[in-house]
Amino acid sequence: MNRELFLYTLHLADNALILGHRNSEWTGHGPNLEQDIAISNIALDLIGQSRNLYQYAALVFNKNNDALSSIINSPAFQKVPGEIDEDDLAYLRDVNEFRNCLLVEQLNGDWARTVTRQFLFSAYQEQLYRGMQKSYDLQLAAIAEKSLKEVLYHVRWSGEWIIRLGDGTDESRQRLINAIESLWAFTGELFHPADYENEIASAGIAPFVSEMKQAWMEKISNTFKTATLELPSNTWMQQGGKNGVHTEHLGFLLAEMQYLQRAYPNSEW
Amino acid sequence: MKYYIKNQLYGDFGDREGVKSSGTGMGGGFEDLTRDWPLWEVFIRSKQGLDHKHVGSLHAADAQMAIENARDVYTRRQEGVSIWVVESKYIHASNPDDAESLYDPANDKVYRHPTFYDLPDELKHM
Amino acid sequence: METTQMNQSQEQYFQGKIDEEIRIEPRDWMPEKYRQTLVRQISQHAHSEIVGMLPEGNWITRAPSLRRKATLIAKVQDEAGHGLYLYSAAETLGTSRAEMIDQLHSGKAKYSSIFNYPTLSWADIGAIGWLVDGAAIMNQVPLTRTSYGPYARAMVRVCKEESFHQRQGFEILLTLSRGTEAQRAMCQDAINRWWWPSVMMFGPSDDASPHTAQSMKWKIKRFTNDELRQKFVDVCAEQVKMLGMSLPDDNLKWNEEKGHYDFGTIDWQEFWNVVSGNGPCNRERLAARIKAHEEGAWVRDAAMAYAEKQRMKTERSVA
Repeated sequence: MNRELFLYTLHLADNALILGHRNSEWTGHGPNLEQDIAISNIALDLIGQSRNLYQYAALVFNKNNDALSSIINSPAFQKVPGEIDEDDLAYLRDVNEFRNCLLVEQLNGDWARTVTRQFLFSAYQEQLYRGMQKSYDLQLAAIAEKSLKEVLYHVRWSGEWIIRLGDGTDESRQRLINAIESLWAFTGELFHPADYENEIASAGIAPFVSEMKQAWMEKISNTFKTATLELPSNTWMQQGGKNGVHTEHLGFLLAEMQYLQRAYPNSEW
Repeated sequence: MKYYIKNQLYGDFGDREGVKSSGTGMGGGFEDLTRDWPLWEVFIRSKQGLDHKHVGSLHAADAQMAIENARDVYTRRQEGVSIWVVESKYIHASNPDDAESLYDPANDKVYRHPTFYDLPDELKHM
Repeated sequence: METTQMNQSQEQYFQGKIDEEIRIEPRDWMPEKYRQTLVRQISQHAHSEIVGMLPEGNWITRAPSLRRKATLIAKVQDEAGHGLYLYSAAETLGTSRAEMIDQLHSGKAKYSSIFNYPTLSWADIGAIGWLVDGAAIMNQVPLTRTSYGPYARAMVRVCKEESFHQRQGFEILLTLSRGTEAQRAMCQDAINRWWWPSVMMFGPSDDASPHTAQSMKWKIKRFTNDELRQKFVDVCAEQVKMLGMSLPDDNLKWNEEKGHYDFGTIDWQEFWNVVSGNGPCNRERLAARIKAHEEGAWVRDAAMAYAEKQRMKTERSVA
């Protein structure tokens, strides 16, 4: 079970880190000051969540080093002397060892794309954390409880933007429709569990993602309806991120994010 | 084409409507597309039991957004438990030139202050 | 004739309030020149915060640890907040933010030249925090007592938040200075590149600073450029010892008699060059701001259009 717990915690942490990183690309470039601050706040919340989760994953790893060390094979990670920490997990794993879903690694694009990605993901995270508050794993339950408060705000904020853009000007509406069209294909993966997710859910550590779909869909449809939008008709879904098979975007993101740690190994920052 | 809101802030100076050029009504948006979101004044209650206090202003398209922006801008360090926002144009302010007639009369009404009354120190709980 | 007399007595009354340390508030009478000076200074200050987000924002996606990443985002976000507080203060003087931003984009308004220098290594983030924020704090703390109320209140807020920035910067450098040889070199290199531009941040020396006298009289400014600069040099010359690094100035020496450090001559030609637009990154900084603003236009319009529709709906339902 430690193996699944470790993979699952990494999956949660990677989701939060990668989306937080993407949002932080807006810092200094937002559509106005107020929204620059808002999107940076969400970035901070998500990176904070990722840190809690990586710290827990590192704890699980260090306790079960022998059994788990074969999971991460990147040479940089292998060379870490002694116990690992949150930064080793974030900065020294290779792209195929990241287990975030594809949705969060997609490029920011315009504001419509960014708020759509946020809304689709935050609505999912809301259901996830709601269920996880009751986890048998007390650490994850505590992280879920703390994170849920943040996520509820993200859902509200991004949902309001969906409505504003959908029912705003002709241009904003078209941009929003384009964003939804291109991101929708990445939503199927959210509810298609990886093996480790199934194991974890069976053990009562996390909710079954398949059981979260209805509530998610309800939230999405209601908001789209208020925004005077239709649900997309395309049903083809991309997946792979949860098992380390990503879109091309993640490699570039990591190359940028990890460069200092990789160029100056074993340094304190 | 750029139009700026050149009117004085803090209300009392007429409405912004005058600045908006003859709009084309719904759906078509506005003539002056570069205009900024309206200005809102923000009041924060820093903890239960205290009054809301003016902390500054910000721009927002509507009241809901103004409250959320205020939360993000003015309570990043747990400065507040409650937020009021009001669009700046609705604030009516007293004229500083009237200050003498408005506030000076209170100067000689010291009997409104508790220290006016000379009571023995032994008297407690009053 | 009559108006001139009235203005004179109003001006005397105004100066009397300033002399008695009574704050001037938005709707009080004030000389037009006072208003203009304030709008110029406050908006310039606000622009500096906003443009200042860019060189540091560069490193958010490359910050070397999650903790550094989070604190850097928080810091750059604070700068957006500071810009916002300051634009708010300037708006109480009757100039809209849109107008001020337009002046920035057209090149009519200035911002602090320091942000036209590039951030080339991670150590630059530390150097900016220590030196640039350090210089900014020197400038800003006296402004919490500046004569214009909204500006002074904005500065109280800014200064409270700014002290975390400087500590963060120094901590980055301290960590590097205790690190590997390569990290120490990175640290010294950043100090070398940021030192003189930081010293220049206090502006031209007093004899070349035309506005200083009037600003001091109005208590918009409370110390001269050179007074603040000297204070900054004195503080940094001591702090750099803790890093085991050096400041790039051979003439830097303690002067027992004066009770201050002597320091070398500032390259004013470089200063005016950067001010007039020829710094290493002037064009990039402005282009980045304009791009964000222009690409945000449809977003801002959409929100207004939506708000307008909602307002009409409410009005219709009431009617």
